[in-house]
Amino acid sequence: MSSETQEAEASRIRRQINELKQERDTIDAKISELQSQLNHLHLKNGVVSNGGSSSHSSNALEPHMIYRYSRHLLLPSFGVQGQENLLNASILVVGAGGLGSPALLYLAACGVGRLGIVDHDVVELNNMHRQIIHTEAYIGQPKVKSAAAACRSINSTIQIVEHQEALRTSNALEILSQYDIIVDATDNAPSRYMINDCCVVLGKPLVSGAALGLEGQLTVYNYNGGPCYRCLFPTPPPTTACQRCADSGVLGVVPGIIGCLQALEAIKIAASVGEILSGRMLLFDALSARIRIVKIRGRSMQCEACAENTTFKQQQFQEFDYENFTQTPLSVGPLRLNLLATESRISSKEYSDIVHNKEPHVLLDVRPAHHFKIVSLTKSLNIPLSTLETRLPEISTALKKEEEQKGVASGSSAQLYVICRRGNDSQRAVQYLQKMGYTSAKDIVGGLESWAHNVDPSFPTY
Amino acid sequence: MQLTLEFGGGLELLCDSKKIHNVNVEIQNGEDKLTMKDLLSWVRTNLIKERPEMFMKGDTVRPGVLVLVNDCDWELSGQLNTSLEEKDVVVFISTLHGG
Repeated sequence: MSSETQEAEASRIRRQINELKQERDTIDAKISELQSQLNHLHLKNGVVSNGGSSSHSSNALEPHMIYRYSRHLLLPSFGVQGQENLLNASILVVGAGGLGSPALLYLAACGVGRLGIVDHDVVELNNMHRQIIHTEAYIGQPKVKSAAAACRSINSTIQIVEHQEALRTSNALEILSQYDIIVDATDNAPSRYMINDCCVVLGKPLVSGAALGLEGQLTVYNYNGGPCYRCLFPTPPPTTACQRCADSGVLGVVPGIIGCLQALEAIKIAASVGEILSGRMLLFDALSARIRIVKIRGRSMQCEACAENTTFKQQQFQEFDYENFTQTPLSVGPLRLNLLATESRISSKEYSDIVHNKEPHVLLDVRPAHHFKIVSLTKSLNIPLSTLETRLPEISTALKKEEEQKGVASGSSAQLYVICRRGNDSQRAVQYLQKMGYTSAKDIVGGLESWAHNVDPSFPTY
Repeated sequence: MQLTLEFGGGLELLCDSKKIHNVNVEIQNGEDKLTMKDLLSWVRTNLIKERPEMFMKGDTVRPGVLVLVNDCDWELSGQLNTSLEEKDVVVFISTLHGG
């Protein structure tokens, strides 16, 4: 068989697989919808038959529910009442990422009557190490769809509601008002303020979790007269203090642990059991294996959102500009600085020509050393931006060496190009280098991401 | 005065990536006690190695930093006026937003 016929055969099989997968998705969705209809019929009958002709009359739980949730029912402090409360409760999880994944799995499994999922993102390969609700088959598909399918496959007897959209002030009131309890599993400051304020104006308890690197934080806001997010943080932090998992990294299991604890607090509120983590905050440090629970302030009399005399109501919420307030966009995208004049910048394609033409130059990579270890361009010199000030002589040495090797004619000199991951730090570095006398330094626009995108598709991105 | 200071949520990066610092802070001449205000300026001078603006704003901590004295929010003990005692544990933690 020639390689062309083989390729044709392979693409025919791939097409067939995709068609079958789509058919399977449609059938799965139909089954789940019918199952849910059937369960609602059962539920109605169950209530009617109690005290009727059936031989049992213990409670409103149907036999299949008694069996499914038997280990909950056996807990004296939870029992039938706790389970019935759960089945009658509705919980919304905002964000189907690292925190939302385990939270959703447990909330679906435990029998929350109605479970809502909000997310606007799609599943990516670099999510898989921590967003354990998603499977490889769903890469490229909406997270909401993937998460809902996983929840349905665990528990087909509860109602799963998909909100495949970004949460904004324009839709938040409408979506959040449909639920009893809100779980904040988002990843950015403006969303956290927005969800808090929406919960305050609607009077909903908010189970808030966050994780980054090797640390996690958890508390319940706006619960039973307790503080809200703004009572604790009336002023947003500077944007430089808001690190993202995509920049700083996160050990997958850390948001997993916090997400599980969020599910736990939401379950306790829904079932009306135990002491809720309100007015207290749990701080988790994975590296030192330490959990500390601290007492935090109560509701603030000056809180703009929740103080008794506040004028902050639904209308003010809808008009509030959270992106401006926190100086951060709601949908988290990477920062794109533009600090330099165009003549101080070249594109990754232009740089590729310079390499191809063997033009004398030094490529300075200003990423942190642990980034450089992941992947780098050949012959690049790594001097992290934070150490640039003290390591300038190394650049001069490298330039001189290059000029000697390439036999640069006197009067001209080797060029200096600066690269980083996305093209922000490289601009900061060029600004500094120009100030220090390296006037011809140029940055490579878009950094290594642009290189991978526009020059060498086999170059790994992270 | 012997104190244990802890930095978390990324603030440890400002002091050599070390989270726990056992320190000895002297009460200033003429003063009879050490307050959180005194401690903050001591920390800024003696422990913060880079980007002090990521730790303080004016004479207090920057927005988004929680301060805990013996596992209790300093808002409950008088903020900058909180008096410290021998062997107290003071935690500075930056709020996280990731998920």
